[in-house]
This record gives sequence, C-alpha cells and structure tokens, in this order.
Amino acid sequence: MRILVCISNVPDTTTKVKFSTDQKSFDDGGVQWIINPWDELALTRAMELKEDASNPVSNVTVVTVGSASAEPTLRKALAIGADDAIRVDAVSSDAYFVAAQLAAVAGSGDFGIILCGIESSDYNGSSVGGMISEIMGIPSVSAVSGLKLEGEEVVITRDIDGGREELSVPAPFVGVVQKGIAKEPRIAAMRGIMMARKKPLQVVPAADAESYTSYKEFAMPEPKAPCKMVEADNVKELVNLLQNEAKVL
Amino acid sequence: MSVLVYTENWDGKFKKLSYELLSYAKSVATLVGGDVNALSIGKVNQDELSSLGNYGASLVLSADGTPSGLDNQVYTEIIAAAMDKVGARILIMAHNNSGKALAPRLSVRLKAGLAAGVIAVPESVNPLVVSKKVFSGKAKGKVEILTEKAVLTLSQNSFEINETAGTASVESFDSGVDLAAAATTIKDVQKQEGKLLLTDADVVISGGRGMKSGDNWAPIEELATVLGAATACSRPVSDEGWRPHDEHTGQTGKIIAPNLYMAFGISGAIQHLAGVSSSKCIVAVNTDKDAPIFESADYGIVGDALKVLPELISEIKTVKAQ
Ligand SMILES: Cc1cc2nc3c(=O)[nH]c(=O)nc-3n(C[C@H](O)[C@H](O)[C@H](O)COP(=O)(O)OP(=O)(O)OC[C@H]3O[C@@H](n4cnc5c(N)ncnc54)[C@H](O)[C@@H]3O)c2cc1C
Ligand SMILES: Cc1cc2nc3c(=O)[nH]c(=O)nc-3n(C[C@H](O)[C@H](O)[C@H](O)COP(=O)(O)OP(=O)(O)OC[C@H]3O[C@@H](n4cnc5c(N)ncnc54)[C@H](O)[C@@H]3O)c2cc1C
Repeated sequence: MRILVCISNVPDTTTKVKFSTDQKSFDDGGVQWIINPWDELALTRAMELKEDASNPVSNVTVVTVGSASAEPTLRKALAIGADDAIRVDAVSSDAYFVAAQLAAVAGSGDFGIILCGIESSDYNGSSVGGMISEIMGIPSVSAVSGLKLEGEEVVITRDIDGGREELSVPAPFVGVVQKGIAKEPRIAAMRGIMMARKKPLQVVPAADAESYTSYKEFAMPEPKAPCKMVEADNVKELVNLLQNEAKVL
Repeated sequence: MSVLVYTENWDGKFKKLSYELLSYAKSVATLVGGDVNALSIGKVNQDELSSLGNYGASLVLSADGTPSGLDNQVYTEIIAAAMDKVGARILIMAHNNSGKALAPRLSVRLKAGLAAGVIAVPESVNPLVVSKKVFSGKAKGKVEILTEKAVLTLSQNSFEINETAGTASVESFDSGVDLAAAATTIKDVQKQEGKLLLTDADVVISGGRGMKSGDNWAPIEELATVLGAATACSRPVSDEGWRPHDEHTGQTGKIIAPNLYMAFGISGAIQHLAGVSSSKCIVAVNTDKDAPIFESADYGIVGDALKVLPELISEIKTVKAQ
C-alpha cells in the first residue's frame, strides 16, 4: 500500500503576521517556512506505519501545491523519511483549486491512504482533505487521532462526543488528522538531510480547475478591551463579574 | 433565495450551537431576501423541532431515520438532498467537528464556495463576501464566494442568539439515501458517562505548568464538575504526562471556542492562544502580573492558582445554591 501525505507550506507558528500596504496579500518578508504542524504529525505516523515490517506499506510520498519556494519544505519532509516528493507547480489561494490538484495526484498514483491535516495554519480553511475525498468519490474520516493497519484493514480512532470510536474504512480513503495521530513530530537527522538531497522531487504542471473563492482583503483583529483585574482575596467579585457582567456562568 | 441550516441534536435535544446558527441564518436570509429552513437528522420530538421557529426557522425538515454511524458520505448525501428539496442557495453549518467533516464535501458536491470559520454577517450578498479568521486568529480576511451557491461554517460564539416567538412547520423528510450504505464500519465505541467533548463544551477549565504537578489537578476537576465544564491543559502539561494528550489545547492541540475559558497557571504562549482565543470570555489566574495571558484575558487575578481555586469553588457553589 502507498501513502500520500499532503503538505501545506506555512509560516512558522511564531510569525508576526503582516500584510501588504493595500491589505490585499500576506507580506512574507523575513518569514520562516515550516511543514504545517498537523501535516508533520501525519508524515510521522506514515513513517511509523511504513517502518513496522508487519505492515504492507511500500512507499510514502509527500505532495504540495505551491511555487518553487515551497521546495525546501518538501526537502524537509524527505529528510524526515518520505521516499519521494511531488510539487504541483501552481500558486493558488483557493482550497477547491488546491484540492483538485491533490485529487489529480492522488488518483494517478494508486495511493491507498491519503492524509491531510485538520487545518492549515495560514488560511485556516479546514477544507482541503474533505474536498479531495468528494472530488475522488471516496470515503473520508475526520478528526482522526489514531491510525493503524491490521493486515490490509485500516483501523482508525476518532474522537466523538463523550469518548472515542474505532472504525474501519476501505482504501482508498482520505484521513484528516488531528492531535494524537503521532506523539511527537519526527525531527530530521543529519543522515536524513544528506539522503533527502538525492531523493526524487518531481514537479508537475497544474491541472485545469476553477477557484470557488478569493480573498479580497485582510485586517488585524480589533484590539480587545484591557483585562479587568480582580484582587486575589476577592474571588467573590470575580464570580459576580462572570455572572452579571460577562453573563457566562 | 433561501438558506438551509444543518442543526445537530444530542440525544434528541438541540443545543445553544443550533440556536446560534439559526439566528445567524436569519440575518443572512434577511439580506438575501429568503427564508430559513432547518434540517434535523435523527430522532427528535415534534415540540423540540417546532421550537426552532423561535430562532428564525420557518420550515424544519426532519430526516428522522438515524444513519448507522457518522459516515461522512451518508450525511453529505442527506444534506445535499435537503438543499435540493428547499432550493437553497446558502448552506450554514457549525465550524465544529461535524462541520469540518461535512462542509468541504458539500462544497464540492454542490459546487458551492466554502468559507470556513465565518465570524460575521456577510458584508455584501451580490457577490457574497464574508469575514473569517486567518493565521490562527492572528488576523481576519474577507472572502468572496465566486460560485452561485455557498457553504458557510460559523465560528462558535461569533453571533448572538436572537430569540423571538415563532413556530416552524415541521415536515418529515425522506432523503431517499440508503442509511446503511456507509463505507465506514464502527468497530468499537468507548464512552465515558458525563465526560464532555472538549471541543463542544460551553465552559472549559484549563491548567498549565503553573499548577506545579499532576497531583494538583483535583480542584481543576472539581471546578469543572461544579460548572458542568470540560477540562483542558497546555502542551507541556500533557507532554509531562500530568494530563491525557487529548486535553491539550493550542495550535498543535484542540482548537476550542467555549463561552468561558479559565486558565490556571498558563503563561499564554502564542501557540496556546491559537487554540483558545476564540473563547467568548477568558479568565486567567497567574502569579506573574506580566504574564502574556493577561493581554488576551477579559478577567484576571494575580495570585497562586492553588489558593484561588478552592475559594472559587466554594464561592461558585454558594452562588449556584441560591
Ligand atoms: C491570499 C492567499 C495567498 C496564497 N498564496 C500562496 C502562495 O503564495 N504560495 C502558495 O504555495 N500557496 C499560497 N496560498 C495557498 C494556501 O497556502 C493553501 O494551500 C490553500 O489556500 C488551502 O488553504 P486552507 O486553509 O483551505 O487549507 P486547509 O484546508 O486548512 O488545509 C488542510 C490540509 O490540507 C492540506 N493542504 C492544504 N493546502 C495544501 C497545499 N497547498 N498543498 C498540499 N496540501 C495542502 C494539508 O494537509 C493541510 O493540513 C495562498 C492562499 C491565500 C488565501
Ligand atoms: C511549534 C510549536 C507548537 C506549540 N503548540 C502548543 C500548543 O498547541 N499548546 C500549548 O499550550 N503550547 C504549545 N507550544 C508550547 C508553548 O510555546 C509554551 O511553551 C506552552 O504553552 C507553555 O505552557 P504553560 O503556559 O503551561 O507553561 P509556562 O510557560 O511555563 O507557564 C507557566 C505559568 O504559570 C505561572 N505560575 C507559576 N506558578 C503559579 C501558581 N502557583 N499559580 C498561578 N500561576 C503560576 C507562571 O507565572 C507562568 O506564567 C508550542 C510550541 C511550539 C514551538
């Protein structure tokens, strides 16, 4: 079985977000790029599955939709252990367009498991994984916090109201992963970094697809009112404020 | 041009979430000049269904056959059939687990642009332009929907519930979807009675490294019990094994938006805030008056969490008893 991990190339989590003077685009000056944290966990789990010899996983491929500037992030994914990488050469701001590209890649490669993160930390769409599955007409499972193989059977753990659920899903499918899928993101070792330079990174042209949405403008959130401080020995007052002012108790 | 709201019930009861969605949908429907239709899936009694009229619904479609499990494809089919039935242009869902699972599929299915995590009523309807959070809440962006139809998922707590007396007509809805056709098969369910799903809880009590040790969690749990709240923690706390991993909130943990988030001994790192900043009200208790959490909090106490917690518990018990 082959696994495809979709990698979104995003600004480092501590980035101070700035926009162009016309507020129409993200200002990426000085930004450090990383693998979207969820995607890093998905890749970590894919590697664990492949390394366990009892699993029928033959190959882990990473894919991103982006310009050449996203390639260092793909190399990082190769250094973590992916066997090969694909970059769909397109700059897009629309989740449907991105999903259409990824569905085309997934459909051409005989992948049994297609993994996406629950949210890309840049545009927070929570969209791409579900869209890929609907475009391909295959099952999707979301909020995936565990993934294992029992022979050829894929067994997934997901959170539900009041607990968790185990389910099995036929391949191919899209798993949208969240916290718990792997314990810690794997860090590339020196050897991995050396090897990554020689691993295949294929650039493919974008498929024809529409955009369903377009960003018009960005803004910083309104500054919030300052925090109301209450003395430590006056807990009564805090409860009063929560009850009668904030009305949240 | 009407609007369809996908409501969710828990054991036959609607929650605040659905009322918020309907109130929002009512404002949207007023802008586009149409009605609010609601779709309910599963067994819900007639009174509960028609009470959705109090929040703006004029018609409630009740698909009362219960699918065998939460299978994304089965639910997508039912919701798409309901969109067809009422001829709706806009589908509104919650930006929660099920919304995140279903909205993208429906976007493709209906050829409808998706704006996820919307925070306000559309600023225009022709074209449809809505605001949403981007960069984990560090900024917001205006999205234009380029397609005829649209799917909007509403960020929790971004819209006031608007209650006005009204009754909705309730219609039983047979979607024609084979409820047993699920591709996924449930193998095992583990439910803990009384344990709330963190992402759906109205109140969340959370502890950080300032709690000093996993052995100090009893007052956090007690406060949660008193308030009917869920418990959460910062990442180092779950990394240390003081608390289970599924309680960790933040950029790499759960993303939550309760009405009330109480943070005890949490410094307020940017990655932590990314998971909780959409909460309606944030309370922080921290010994350090300069802790960054106070910049994001609404109410704060500079003090020892281990001393404040017992006093808070007893005060809340007193107030609740009145
Ligand atoms: C205004 C704007 C400008 C942009 N500029 C650029 C740019 O200059 N260069 C560029 O490369 N992209 C750019 N993008 C694309 C953007 O980074 C996302 O790929 C796309 O918008 C989907 O984001 P989302 O928040 O919907 O993803 P989500 O649906 O939240 O992502 C969920 C998961 O889908 C997968 N995924 C998401 N995006 C990709 C991707 N691109 N490739 C592979 N897997 C993915 C990941 O697994 C991710 O965890 C831009 C987007 C916008 C809105
Ligand atoms: C890529 C990346 C992703 C991350 N993702 C997350 C994430 O998702 N979630 C997350 O939480 N973190 C995340 N982190 C870690 C984050 O940067 C912080 O290190 C972490 O949030 C700090 O946890 P804390 O507030 O519990 O601990 P600390 O920062 O150590 O803060 C403890 C606080 O307790 C106060 N204190 C001490 N004693 C008491 C007392 N008796 N009573 C009251 N207050 C007291 C102190 O003044 C201090 O402010 C991430 C980091 C990175 C690099």
